[in-house]
Amino acid sequence: MRHAVVPGLLISFWLSYASALHAYEIEDELMVGDPDADAQLRILSTTDIDLFEPFLAAFVAANPEIAIDYVVASSAEVMKAVQGGEPFDLVLSSAMDLQTKLSNDGYTQPYSSAATDLVPDWGNWRDHLFAFSQETVTLVISPAAFEGLDIPQTRQDLIRLLRDHEDRFRGRIGTYDISQSGAGYLFATQDARASESYWRLSEVMGNLGTRFFCCTSEMIEKVATGEIAMAYNVLGSYATARTDLADGIRIVELQDYTIMMLRTAAILRDAPNPQAAGLFIDHLIRAAWGPAELDYYPFPRFPAPEGAVSATRRPIRLGPGLLVYLDGLKRRAFLSEWRDAMRW
Amino acid sequence: MSRAAQISGSIRRRLIGQLVLGSAVLAAVLVLLVTNLARNVAQDTQDSILMASVTSILDTMTVRDGEISVDLPYAALSMLGNVSEDRVFYRILADGQLLTGYEDLPDPGDPGRDGGYITAPYAGTEVRMATAERRLSVAGTPIMVTVSVAQTRQGLMQTLAQVSRRGAAVGIGFFVLAALLAVLTTEFGLRPLRDLAGAVSRRGPKDLRSVKGPVPQEMAPLVISLNSFIDRLRYSLSRSEDFIAEAAHRVRTPLFTVRTQAEIALRRVERPENRAAIKEMIRALDESSRAAGQLLDHAMVTFRTDHLEKERVLLTELAEELVDRLRPVADLRDIGLSMQSEGTPEVLGDAVLIENALRNVLDNAIKYSAPDSDVDIRIGREASDCFIMVRDHAGGFPEGALHRMTERFARGDNAGGTVGSGLGLTIAREVLEAHGGRLTLENKGDGACVTLWFPAS
Ligand SMILES: Nc1ncnc2c1ncn2[C@@H]1O[C@H](COP(=O)(O)OP(=O)(O)OP(=O)(O)O)[C@@H](O)[C@H]1O
Ligand SMILES: [Mg+2]
Repeated sequence: MRHAVVPGLLISFWLSYASALHAYEIEDELMVGDPDADAQLRILSTTDIDLFEPFLAAFVAANPEIAIDYVVASSAEVMKAVQGGEPFDLVLSSAMDLQTKLSNDGYTQPYSSAATDLVPDWGNWRDHLFAFSQETVTLVISPAAFEGLDIPQTRQDLIRLLRDHEDRFRGRIGTYDISQSGAGYLFATQDARASESYWRLSEVMGNLGTRFFCCTSEMIEKVATGEIAMAYNVLGSYATARTDLADGIRIVELQDYTIMMLRTAAILRDAPNPQAAGLFIDHLIRAAWGPAELDYYPFPRFPAPEGAVSATRRPIRLGPGLLVYLDGLKRRAFLSEWRDAMRW
Repeated sequence: MSRAAQISGSIRRRLIGQLVLGSAVLAAVLVLLVTNLARNVAQDTQDSILMASVTSILDTMTVRDGEISVDLPYAALSMLGNVSEDRVFYRILADGQLLTGYEDLPDPGDPGRDGGYITAPYAGTEVRMATAERRLSVAGTPIMVTVSVAQTRQGLMQTLAQVSRRGAAVGIGFFVLAALLAVLTTEFGLRPLRDLAGAVSRRGPKDLRSVKGPVPQEMAPLVISLNSFIDRLRYSLSRSEDFIAEAAHRVRTPLFTVRTQAEIALRRVERPENRAAIKEMIRALDESSRAAGQLLDHAMVTFRTDHLEKERVLLTELAEELVDRLRPVADLRDIGLSMQSEGTPEVLGDAVLIENALRNVLDNAIKYSAPDSDVDIRIGREASDCFIMVRDHAGGFPEGALHRMTERFARGDNAGGTVGSGLGLTIAREVLEAHGGRLTLENKGDGACVTLWFPAS
C-alpha cells in the first residue's frame, strides 16, 4: 500500500549487531527514504521499529529530500552514545530522566517553531525536550489466568489478590528488571514516589517469585501465551499496538493512580543536520498535539492538556527532579532496596 | 514703526524643555530603581530556593554503619524546576572528596556559617551556586560535608528582561504623562501673559486705555510699566495732534490778516511801482500761506498714516462731495469738472486722508489747466483694485521729470507762476502707500493723467 502511495520510496531493513566500531550497542537499524537524498537525518531512538516505521515513512514521503537512518537502542545505550559524541541529529526516548539529564548536561540544543507552540507547557522543557506521546504505565493481565477472580482495580486490590491466591500466581508475575531497563527504573522510582503501597506490592511480588524482563514486548508475549499471569508496569501503548495478541491480554489502568510517561525528542547539540531534525520534530509534534488524528501516529492520543491530568493519571513531570534518581548513590540505594523487596 | 520684536528664546519652550528634561531624569531614575529592586528580589528568590535545596540535602546526610549516607530528596532538585526551566547541578563533598554529583562545579570558596552564594561560569553559561557545610562525626573523627547546588540563570535573566521591559514601559508612560503635564502646566502658566498680549494687540490704534483686567502678581510690574507707557504715549499723541491744529491756526491767521491788509492797501495805492510791490507781497503771502497749509497737511497726513484707522469708504460719494466743493473754484476759470463712476467701489481706509489726496490731485488739474478746458474724473474697478483717475488737458507733466514730481517740494517747469509748494503729489502718494495702494502719473494726449489706486476691500 505504502509503496503504491509513495512510489520510489525505498525501505531497507536489516539487523545490525553490536560491532567493535560502536562503543554502544544497538538493537535495530532502519534506513528509510532515498539513499541518495540530499540530507540524512540520523535518529537514535528507544522506540521499536515495528511501531514507528509508518511514521518514518510518512515523514520521508512528505520530505523526499531527507533520508532517515533510524537506530534503535536501549535507553542506557542511547545515553552512552550521546555522551560518546556519536553523530546523531535527534534522540527520541521514553526515558524521561535520561533525556532530562542529557539536556541538563548540555548535550542538546534548543529549537522552536510554529509547531512547538502546540506542545503544552508541561511537555516542553527549556525548548530542548519536546514530549510527543503520553503513555500510561499499566498492568497487563491474562484473562485466562484470572478466571473466576475480580480484576484488581487498585494496588490494594492487587496486593490482597496476590496474598489470597499465592499458589495461582507464584512464579507467574512479570515486571521490568529495573537494573537493566531505563524505562523500568523510571517507572519504579516514580511508583515509589507516588505511594508507599509500591513497596508493599514489591514485597508481595518478591514473595511470589516474580520474574524480571528486559523489555515490554517480551512480557506482553508471555502474558498472551499464559506463561505469566500478569505484567506489572508495562507501557499500555505497546500492549495496545499488539493487536495480534489482543485476545490473550487485557490492559488494566489501576484506579488509585496510573503513571503517565512522556516520550520526548531532543535535537543534539552537535547535530550534523539540525534543520532536518527540526522538521522531524515539527512532524512529530503535529501528529501528537495537532488537531488532526493521523493514522501513522503510533501512540494513543489523550485530549491535551486536560486529559493527561485526570484524577488517576499522573504524568511524570519533566524537570530537574528527574535527575535525583540518576544520582549514583541514590540509584545504588534504590536498587538495593528494590532487590531486597523483590528478593532478587 | 517696526512691528517685529527681537526674539531670543521662548519662555514656553524653555519651561517645557526643563520640565520634560526633569521628567526624563525622574523616569530614568524610576526605571533604574525598579530594575535594580527586581534584580535583587529575583536574585534573593533564586538564592533562597537554592539554599533550601542545599539544606534539604544536608538534612538527609547521616552517618550509618561508619559511613556517610546521602539520600538525595526528590524535592531538593524538583523544587528548582518550579521556579524556572533552568539547568541544575549539585555536588556533595566529604572533606573535599566527591561523594556524588558534578565534580567540576566551581569552587565555592568559604561558604561561612550560614552558607554562601557565588555566581560563576560553568557548563558554557553562568550559574548561581549556593553552598553550605556541616560537620559529621564518623567513628569519632569529624568530617566536613559540603553541599553545593547550582542553577543556570536563564530564567532569572528572562524575568529580569521582562521586568526591565515593563519597567521601561512604565518609565516611558510616566515620562509621556509628565511631559504632557509639563506642556499643559506651561500653557496654563503662560495663559495670563498670552491673554494680556492678546488684549493689547486686539486694540484699535486709537485705543490707548490702560490695561485693567486682573493679572497674576508676577505680571504686575509689567502691566504697571505698560500702563505708564501708554499714558505717556497718549499724552504725547494728543499733544502732537493739538500742536498741528494749533500751528495751522497760528500761522494761517496772521498771514490771512496781513493779506487782507495788503489787498486793502492795493486798492488805495495808485503808483504802478507801489502796486507791483504790493502784488508781489500778496503773491509771496499766498505762497507762504499755501506752503504753511501744505506743510501742516503733510504733517497731519504723516500722523494719521502712522495710526491708520480703516473704515469703509465709498469712493464715488467721497469724490462727488469733493467735486461739489471744488466746483466754485473751477467755475471761476470756466473749467468743467465731469465725473463718471462705474459701480460702487468701496475701499477700507481713512476717508479724511483719501479726500486729502484726491483734493491735491484735483487741485493740480484745475490749477494747471487753461481756462475753458475740461477735467474728467473716472472712478471704477480694475481686477481687484479700485481707482480714481483724473485727466486734464493742461499739457501734462514736464517730460523727463515725471518720476520726480511726487518727491517733496518738487515742482515742474510748467508750474511757473502758479502758487504752490511742491507737496501736493507727495501727500497723495504717501496716503495711497499707507493704504497699500499707489499713485501713478502719466501724460495722455494733451494732458496729465493721475490715478489713485486702492486695493479693494
Ligand atoms: N495736472 C498737472 N498738469 C501739469 N503739470 C502738473 C500737474 N500736476 C502737477 N504738475 C506738476 O507737478 C509739480 C508738482 O505738483 P505738486 O502738486 O506736488 O506741487 P504744486 O502743485 O506745485 O504745489 P502744491 O503743493 O501747492 O500743490 C507741479 O509743480 C507741476 O509742475
Ligand atoms: Mg499741487
